[in-house]
Amino acid sequence: MDAQAMLEKITAKFPGAVKGSADRFGQLEIQLEAKSIADVIAFLRNDSELAFNMLIDIVGLDYSAFPGHTGDRFAAVYLLKSLTLGHRAQLKVTAPEDKPEVPTISHLYANANWCEREAYDQIGIKFVGHPNLKRILNHHEFVGHPLRKDYPITRRQALSANESLMDEMAVRLKERGWE
Amino acid sequence: MGIESLPIMTTRRDAVLAWGQKNSLWPMPFGTACCAIEFMSVVSSVFDISRFGAELVRFSPRQADLLLVAGTVTFKQAPILKQIYEQMPDPKWVISMGVCASSGGFYNNYTVVQGIDQIIPVDVYISGCPPRPEAILEAIVKLQHKIENPQTTPKAQYMAKEPHFGF
Repeated sequence: MDAQAMLEKITAKFPGAVKGSADRFGQLEIQLEAKSIADVIAFLRNDSELAFNMLIDIVGLDYSAFPGHTGDRFAAVYLLKSLTLGHRAQLKVTAPEDKPEVPTISHLYANANWCEREAYDQIGIKFVGHPNLKRILNHHEFVGHPLRKDYPITRRQALSANESLMDEMAVRLKERGWE
Repeated sequence: MGIESLPIMTTRRDAVLAWGQKNSLWPMPFGTACCAIEFMSVVSSVFDISRFGAELVRFSPRQADLLLVAGTVTFKQAPILKQIYEQMPDPKWVISMGVCASSGGFYNNYTVVQGIDQIIPVDVYISGCPPRPEAILEAIVKLQHKIENPQTTPKAQYMAKEPHFGF
């Protein structure tokens, strides 16, 4: 399915959710209302003609030093691919500086759990509804979000003791019936 | 009857100890990056670290007396390195292998410790990214010299340019 047909299908299903769109070399790129992102992605995944069954990545963006940018400071970009049909799409939602919140999609894709934790850790976007939104790359005593443009890149923060990570392990053990 | 005919020899006790220590270093590699791959080739037969008596690589700090830190050490990794160093029995020595372990290397950013000498005392530094295997052998030889001559060589030291972290 080409980008135009894909866009028409999404706009018909979610009128008002699409704020902007572009066709980048045949690949659809759309900007969405933040509150509708989980519903749109669920539709993209479950619809048989779209069948976006793979989430490639979630990218957090900080636009504070971006030339010519107006509007919200933060953005989250969702990269989707259909393994069965071979097409891709790129979805973007924005979040304001004072309330950088985006609904979670961790109930739709298993890898979204860690992707959202990374975006939260590095950029500081809060994914509302995430089951365990805590730092994944930086250590647990880290203060701030290092990939924000106002974070000095050489501000180092020492760690006094490592985390046990048993809170994550307990969930995994329970899932596999080990309790 | 002269002393040379007796089945004994006289020496200093610390000299005998140093002779034994320097020729039977048991390294424990703390490999976190590509330097660890280079260390593997030093152990292999082409370069052969056993020519210097240091071939018995232990992966338990309790059984090692040479900590070979090969690779980038992040702040998340730093308490682990500190704990491993403290678990090693005395006497112990530390070789900082490669620029990342020695100074942070080109990782001048928020995650990487700018030299392991901010966490643990270091005896010998190796430059390079990664160093040649010959450089590691030279570091072993330098360390052997240091073990043999503790009075005339500098002690292992911290280098706390930035505030030392109170682990």
